[in-house]
Amino acid sequence: MSFSWAKPYEPKHPLMRWLDERLPLPRLVYGAIGGGYPVPRNLNYWWNFGVLAGIFLTIQIITGIVLAMHYTASTDGAFNSVNQLIMRDVNAGWLLRYAHMNGASFFFLVTYIHIFRGLYYGSYKAPRELVWMLGLVIYLLMMATAFMGYVLPWGQMSYWGAQVITGFFSALPIVGDPLRIWILGGYAPDQAALTRFFSLHYLLPFVIAGVVILHIWALHIPGSNNPTGVDVKDERDTLPFHPYYTAKDGWFAAAVLLFYALVTYFLPDYLGNPDNYIPANNLATPAEIVPEWYLLPFYAILRSFTADFILPAKLWGVLAMFFLPWLDKSPVRSGRYRPVFKRFFWLLVIDVIVLGWVGGSPVRPLTVAVGQIAAAYYFLHFLVILPLVSRFETTLPLPLSISESVLHGETGRDSPAVTKPRRSKAATAVVD
Amino acid sequence: MVRVIGFLIGLVFAGILLLAFISNLSSYFTNPPTPLAAEEFHRAPKELHLASDGPFGHFDKQQLQRGFQIYSEVCSACHSMKLVSFRDLKGLGYDDAEIKKIASDWKTQVPSINPDTGEETTRKAMPSDTFPLPFPNEVAARAANNNALPPDLSLITKAREGGAAYVYSILTGFQNQPPELLKKFPDAKTPANLHYNPYFANLNIAMPPPLTTDGQVTYAPGNPKPTVDQMARDVAAFLVWTAQPDLEARHAAGIAVVIFLLFATILAYLAKQQIWHEVHSGVRETGPLDPVNQAKTRRAKAKAGVAG
Repeated sequence: MSFSWAKPYEPKHPLMRWLDERLPLPRLVYGAIGGGYPVPRNLNYWWNFGVLAGIFLTIQIITGIVLAMHYTASTDGAFNSVNQLIMRDVNAGWLLRYAHMNGASFFFLVTYIHIFRGLYYGSYKAPRELVWMLGLVIYLLMMATAFMGYVLPWGQMSYWGAQVITGFFSALPIVGDPLRIWILGGYAPDQAALTRFFSLHYLLPFVIAGVVILHIWALHIPGSNNPTGVDVKDERDTLPFHPYYTAKDGWFAAAVLLFYALVTYFLPDYLGNPDNYIPANNLATPAEIVPEWYLLPFYAILRSFTADFILPAKLWGVLAMFFLPWLDKSPVRSGRYRPVFKRFFWLLVIDVIVLGWVGGSPVRPLTVAVGQIAAAYYFLHFLVILPLVSRFETTLPLPLSISESVLHGETGRDSPAVTKPRRSKAATAVVD
Repeated sequence: MVRVIGFLIGLVFAGILLLAFISNLSSYFTNPPTPLAAEEFHRAPKELHLASDGPFGHFDKQQLQRGFQIYSEVCSACHSMKLVSFRDLKGLGYDDAEIKKIASDWKTQVPSINPDTGEETTRKAMPSDTFPLPFPNEVAARAANNNALPPDLSLITKAREGGAAYVYSILTGFQNQPPELLKKFPDAKTPANLHYNPYFANLNIAMPPPLTTDGQVTYAPGNPKPTVDQMARDVAAFLVWTAQPDLEARHAAGIAVVIFLLFATILAYLAKQQIWHEVHSGVRETGPLDPVNQAKTRRAKAKAGVAG
């Protein structure tokens, strides 16, 4: 596909040859996730999270389809269909629902790690700008899907969350209020909103799956980035995806599923909000309206602006990330060789965690103040600091190639195919 | 161009946030927030240990039956249990005949229609029915309770921060208002018809103390003495069951799944080690004539030459 040494697909069985001449689907799979896709040999475990995101998308779609068979999208029936029918009467319905609830959390968790990996190793830079931007499209779709899914049980947080989030649209000038009423199909969340959210919640995961295919397609043209950020030069730099990375992804996926099972079976409601076990009541506002944990950093940014202007601040937050490939002009991709960038990167990680904490805390003078500082840093990081750093930073010398980095000097934890020192000694000895 | 625009937007955003920060700060000092009685005197739930706690937790059926007795004799006068059916009581260890009797003896009946006349009537509850409502509707419930609505108890231990411990603390937390509170917040006197309870979010709960005297309910022989504390524990345990009847099945399945995944992870890890091990030997086999090794030898020689 991407490199000249990629192994071509050679069907052995006559049936596979017959199929290949008519519908080369096995050829496609072989070139995408089989032996026909060469991958840099030095990928570390941060590179496992893309596959994990795909696994969790699949879990969400499967559990979601079965849940939809039992769910009733009506303001009278939604809460009971979830908390009585599914949780009590459907065979293993509790498992489906808990797996779906916590599957969303794990989907976001692995996606966040995947995004931060891209940020650290410069995976958004040329020639992978479109991979990055398609990834952000997936992320936006995920947020919309998760938000609408949270509305479906029609609990207190569902209702008031829908009220608050759709309220942000009314911040837009002129079109704001009509837009909000159009989105909700009324002045407040009600039957019209619930039915359309259910419809879209069922639709969007398949749109996500489609964009994921584009994301992977765009990735497979230049091939995967790697911890050194240096381009693949020749065959020695790569390993075929199968069996090397299928094996590495495989055991790591099992390990992450173990954690997922621990949460799903033993702490199923830990990440949720107790208020969502109270049926929606449009006359009683909960003391604190809080979204799910994965939206908290953006919620904190939103609340930090005492007045929204032009576009909701949340949109600016993600828009800033869209332009990242053009904001960060440093020719060095990997944060490993960028001493100044590296520090700011970790500051951003801390900043987002602080924003998450602020988003989940009640509004108090202290949390508001901390939130405003953290939100300011968030924007400064992407729009001001990164462009400046990429202009003035002195980067460390890069290895000549991946295999160079793997076979010499950098005998680090991230080089799976490190050769033992004995080898080069033996080699020199023989030649000498 | 993108960078210039981005730079300006970034500065404008940071500037707006800084202005908001400064105005907040100044208003904090010129107009400091007043402390609230509910913030200062609200207490976190007491500690409560139940058999259902932890990953190996299971239900103490004897305790659940006692808790169900408290619910049916005390709580159910005002609190509904909409999501639970009589047939679910099997989980408490009752058999079909007992459940049938519990249902038909229930103090309120189920709304029905007279099959001959079509008039509205009521009938005895059946195992397939959910617990009949204590009040026909919200208005009736409020009218009977000083305009307060007793919440449905089906999910109460999932719907409150603290779960079962919260229920237990509320039931045992009724007390007189501490004098320090009134000294500090003279306006915060508990209004008439409300009851001071430091475990309730705003300190004043509409529910009068439901469990007042030891021995209020008579337990069958062989059970602990029905003190207020014991009754509160029992009903809290029962309400854990009503909120998550799946708990035992979930824990059992969870342990099996975790053991399975543990083995799968170990096996898959060993498989990965096996496959990647071949990478090491594969590279080693390329031998001294491999261009990489030749280049390395040249470099090693050059380095040695420089050093020497």
